Amino acid sequence: MPSFVRHMLLIVAPLMAAFAILPGVYDNHLLLFNFVIFLILAQGVNIIYGFTGYLPFGYVGFFGAGAYGFAIMVMHLQAPAPLAVLAAGVVGVLLGLLLTPLLRLSGAYFAIANLAAALAVLHFVANPALESITKGPYGVALNGTFNPTLAYIGAVIILALTLGFVVFLRNSSFGMALQAVREDAVSAAMAGVNVVKMRVIAWLVSALVAGLAGGVFAWYVSVFYPDNVFSSDFSIFAIVFALFGGVATIMGPIVGVIILYGIYNLIGFTTPQYFQLIYGVLIMALVLFLPAGLVSLATRRGWNVP
Amino acid sequence: MLAYPLIAGVLFGLYFSLLGIGLNLVFGVMRIVNLAHGDFLMLGAFVAFGVFYLLGLDPLLAVPLAFVLFVIVGIVLYGLLVPRLQQSRDPEMLSIILFFGLSQVIEALVTIAFGTSERSIPSRELGSLMTAAAKALGAKPEGGPVDILGQSFPAAWVISAVVSVIAIGLVYVYLYRTRLGTLTRAVMSRRDEAFATGINVDRVCAAAFGIGLGLAAIAGVFAPFMFGSVTPAFGADATVTAFVIVVLGSLGNPLGTALGGIVYGICYMLVQTFLSSWADLLPYVLLIVVLLLRPSGLLGRKVRVA
Repeated sequence: MPSFVRHMLLIVAPLMAAFAILPGVYDNHLLLFNFVIFLILAQGVNIIYGFTGYLPFGYVGFFGAGAYGFAIMVMHLQAPAPLAVLAAGVVGVLLGLLLTPLLRLSGAYFAIANLAAALAVLHFVANPALESITKGPYGVALNGTFNPTLAYIGAVIILALTLGFVVFLRNSSFGMALQAVREDAVSAAMAGVNVVKMRVIAWLVSALVAGLAGGVFAWYVSVFYPDNVFSSDFSIFAIVFALFGGVATIMGPIVGVIILYGIYNLIGFTTPQYFQLIYGVLIMALVLFLPAGLVSLATRRGWNVP
Repeated sequence: MLAYPLIAGVLFGLYFSLLGIGLNLVFGVMRIVNLAHGDFLMLGAFVAFGVFYLLGLDPLLAVPLAFVLFVIVGIVLYGLLVPRLQQSRDPEMLSIILFFGLSQVIEALVTIAFGTSERSIPSRELGSLMTAAAKALGAKPEGGPVDILGQSFPAAWVISAVVSVIAIGLVYVYLYRTRLGTLTRAVMSRRDEAFATGINVDRVCAAAFGIGLGLAAIAGVFAPFMFGSVTPAFGADATVTAFVIVVLGSLGNPLGTALGGIVYGICYMLVQTFLSSWADLLPYVLLIVVLLLRPSGLLGRKVRVA
């Protein structure tokens, strides 16, 4: 069996089945939805950071832009929700295209510029001068499209597509080429890899994924403020989840989200500052003792982790 | 009309330079992105609160105390964190996450210890010792606003700017007029070659890290006066501001930060005076434009790749 099919059957299919069954047996649907959203975002970070080495510190920019893309489609064009989610993806890609020049920067410069870009989009959207279009800082309320069940299904479908792309990256020469570029762009270019094209594709797919996630998030919650959908928590959680599990793998970000977001929901709401403390310590311990993520516990022993 | 924002911009700009310079020193020497920079500022502000409210002294006395305290903290933290971090595959990127974790820990601990309320110090208390000393010597010091070119500004702004200039001057002396500074600049330009010539890179870096945190803490002492009040959550915003300033000047060149700070300060004041609804957007747009046109900052070396 080719490894692509094996990974789809053994990882993606069971996860999809779990998310299809869970709403029937578990009552906290919002929590399940958030798990799906963070799985999408963590895999989106995985695509851009894991496979190309660019750390998107302002990843939430695409997510928030997607949410507002959805809201504007619904508010001003009365678009049906599924179409608006697609439009949210397009908005994410457009923002990605606009920010493509950032890929010229390297290392910390890219991370900081990306963070600034996300904040710029936030302040642009939240500007009172644009109230007629985005409702400015006063937030958006979309009553007509409110349908959590369909939105949840939409999110699971987006997760499936995202995972499908990561499985493709893991098992294709394209993914190998990206990792070669990450390790040494000059050598990869010498070997015939079109460095710029490869990076831009990964960047845009990652933006698309976050835009779609933002759109479906807007559909699910229906009422939100700029600060909600542009909260830097999204970027940081997604990055930490992905790293905790281990990037450039399929399983890593999934494991990271399930463990860390699970802990967050167990203790995060009742005592936020103690959670923050534990979280900070956990993150520091991760970087110092397990920089390649949880999966490195297995790969060190020579086991192959998909 | 224009004189007020320009002069206020320079005063704030000098302070902003101090706010960013520690971050830049740490990045320049170690290629480490200290995302907890703003949290050390916040801790510096708490040293000022302690000096004023517990000891009843002039907050200006917190400056030397905070500096010495945080140089020591910095050297200890360096020993605990950085050598391990440098062993990992991608220290520059992982440092972002490690220090994000540290910032979470600091913010959580301060919240647990002091609560989340906003704290401030009455503006006239800054420099009260000098006023008292002048009175004792028979002079007639004027408390209250200071006149510059026919415009009056709060004395606290002027004192902050003066202390900032002194601190930046001392950084210059440290980098260009001491042996340790020469070694530091050697490590800055070529870490491995510095190592090969027998420089004790670890010790030089530990000193630079300590001085970087000490400078952040000094800037923090003035934060309650420049920003009105400080909460434990103040750190994150301060870090972003510091980044904007540092990148404007040029990442990795500590003295460039002085220029970046003044440019930022003047823009900040001009936009606040004439175009307040778009003021929030300015630093980020400025940052992205500078990064794309001159990614190395206004005074930097070339860093762009591919």
